[in-house]
Amino acid sequence: MSFKHEKVETNAGILLVLTMLAISVGGLVEIAPLFFIKDTTENVEGVRPYTPLESRGRDLYIREGCYTCHSQMIRPFRDEQLRYGHYSLAAESKYDHPFQWGSKRTGPDLARVGGKYSNEWHVQHMIKPKSVVPESVMPNYPWMMTTKLDVSDIGDRMRALRITGVPYSANDEEYQRNVKQFGEPVAKTLHIPDAVKNLVAQAQEGNYDGDRTSVSELDAMIAYLQVLGTMVDFSKIKPEELVKFR
Amino acid sequence: MSATNQAAAGQYDYEIIKKFSVMAIVWGVVGMFVGVYIASELAWPFLNFDSPYFSFGRFRPVHTGAVIFGFGGSALFATSYYVVQRTCQTRLFAPGLASFTFWGWQAVIVLAAVSYVMGYSQGREYAEMEWPIDLLILFVWVAYLVVYVGTLMQRKQAHIYVANWFYLSFILATALLHTFNNIAIPVNLFTLKSYSLFAGTQDAMTQWWYGHNAVGFFLTAAFLGMMYYFVPKHAGRPVYSYRLSIVHFWALSFMYMWVGTHHLHWTALPDWASTLGATFSIMLLLPSWGGMINGIMTLSGAWDKLRTDPIMRFMIVALSFYGMSTFEGPLMSLKDVNALSHYTDWTVGHVHSGALGWVAMISFGSLYHMMPRLWNTTMYSVKLINMHFWLATIGTLMYITAMWISGISQGLMWRAFDEFGNLQYSFVESVAAMHPFYAMRAIGGMFFLTGMLLMAYNMYQTIRQGVRAEVASARAAAATA
Repeated sequence: MSFKHEKVETNAGILLVLTMLAISVGGLVEIAPLFFIKDTTENVEGVRPYTPLESRGRDLYIREGCYTCHSQMIRPFRDEQLRYGHYSLAAESKYDHPFQWGSKRTGPDLARVGGKYSNEWHVQHMIKPKSVVPESVMPNYPWMMTTKLDVSDIGDRMRALRITGVPYSANDEEYQRNVKQFGEPVAKTLHIPDAVKNLVAQAQEGNYDGDRTSVSELDAMIAYLQVLGTMVDFSKIKPEELVKFR
Repeated sequence: MSATNQAAAGQYDYEIIKKFSVMAIVWGVVGMFVGVYIASELAWPFLNFDSPYFSFGRFRPVHTGAVIFGFGGSALFATSYYVVQRTCQTRLFAPGLASFTFWGWQAVIVLAAVSYVMGYSQGREYAEMEWPIDLLILFVWVAYLVVYVGTLMQRKQAHIYVANWFYLSFILATALLHTFNNIAIPVNLFTLKSYSLFAGTQDAMTQWWYGHNAVGFFLTAAFLGMMYYFVPKHAGRPVYSYRLSIVHFWALSFMYMWVGTHHLHWTALPDWASTLGATFSIMLLLPSWGGMINGIMTLSGAWDKLRTDPIMRFMIVALSFYGMSTFEGPLMSLKDVNALSHYTDWTVGHVHSGALGWVAMISFGSLYHMMPRLWNTTMYSVKLINMHFWLATIGTLMYITAMWISGISQGLMWRAFDEFGNLQYSFVESVAAMHPFYAMRAIGGMFFLTGMLLMAYNMYQTIRQGVRAEVASARAAAATA
């Protein structure tokens, strides 16, 4: 062999280029295909972008670092199926920028927490977790009940998400596209010009924190928690179809 | 000895190294204190004090940021600038830029910590910094690359010493990972908030490609660079096998980048990707152990130093923990083991056997070796180094033992069925059962932190001693002149 490693050891340029090559391969092979292989994330009926209120709730979930203790990814095991519900599908986090699958369950998985508890339970639990779960080690979040939700930049937030690929509509053409894809009631909630109106309306109607007079951070947080894992109706999917959804 | 050191101080650019060394210790104290605090929050939740600013969720990235990037990062800047100058026998290229890397990096750590407490986070582990901080990191990192490669280019030695390969690959890989993992769209130009460009599965893949290589390059390759210089230097022996170091370097650089997907076993990530990650994780055992053996065997013929020299002990115990963690890692990347270990404290314990046992201990050893030479003096107290060593070792062992027990218990409790086929435990029963181990972990952390405080005191006295001697000799010189 004519090649001697000494060449690399005596030439910083060659060392740099070869090292760069060595460290680039792994990522290229594993990441790039995921953007092109179609069945990485299948289309599953029911999955839709978050409403403005839910989306703001998700911002708060990230702000408080909930992912440091809660996962949102149910694995296909019998015990997880019994404890949390159907295993998570890729499609269920297709509008999640960023993903919040998590890596640690100091608390339980939340991928399907939506609808599991009442709004009142969530209010009590967020203000003082020990009041409903005495052994809990979760911090109290009383300020979320008393802090008004900042809705001033909801348009900017949705426009930023639109750039990342979430189909929020900025004009009538996009709105019509959403009507076709998600149906009219959902499409209305995705329309950026009506964001503030929609947000307040959902908070009023949902009455998440039990106080209709104002929109608190807790309204948004509970709206988000209550939608988690509820978009796909698994009773409508035949088992043989499920095989193709990961 | 003092004469050669003084000559070295003139020959090399030491000021920047001194600054980074001091900040490594400062961030070590801060980051480990926050670590003990959040560990205590899990054991005694009243410590969250109903305050947004002290809650576990916001404080946890303050801990990881301060220890990984503050302590680890500053130690790496310090040692890499030291090693590259001494092995190339030249001064740093572009000292102005080097100085920018110092101030820029410190600003990054402070801004990141403040922004987390204020509630700004990208929500991706170890990459929580929002976009303006990410941009600053990018500038600092490019400057670092220029300084480092520039210094390599003006070397007075024909060969580039092996430690520099590892530092170089760490700098390159970190640039690559940081750039691609932080592509985000800001809400507007006047807020820190942004949204990741990628979503769901692709986002998870990118994040764990970054996340595991933060471990692989930031916390392993770079610290191996440290090992390849400071272990032979301190032992006064050549590296055990030069050939092994070549194999070690290329295999490690190539393979690490594949393994991140083992964090996503059994998730919605396609199976082929996580299986590929596990395969490479298992293969990675070979170069990892090759490196460990290369480090430990460097001591052949000088084993007696382990009895007498606590600095040497730090280095060898660090290598032992490196070997232990790089065995445990591939084990946990096996799908069946991962089904039990994932989402539990076992992962946390594994990270800390690497972070406390390997990363922190090899840094302690290297800093103890380097600092008296920088300030041209001797260590204030070897006895305190010895105490630090024992506190760190016992603290690490307590920490990882607690996490093994709690992690495996969690995994077993979650999957336990009673005789009727129902789940045997509610989730919160597993939370309650963890309390004693969370307390034990916090106490292990306190041991480690106490050792760190001893180091800070010892260093403070050593530096004071060095500065005083310098002033005295300057006075003496002035008097005779």
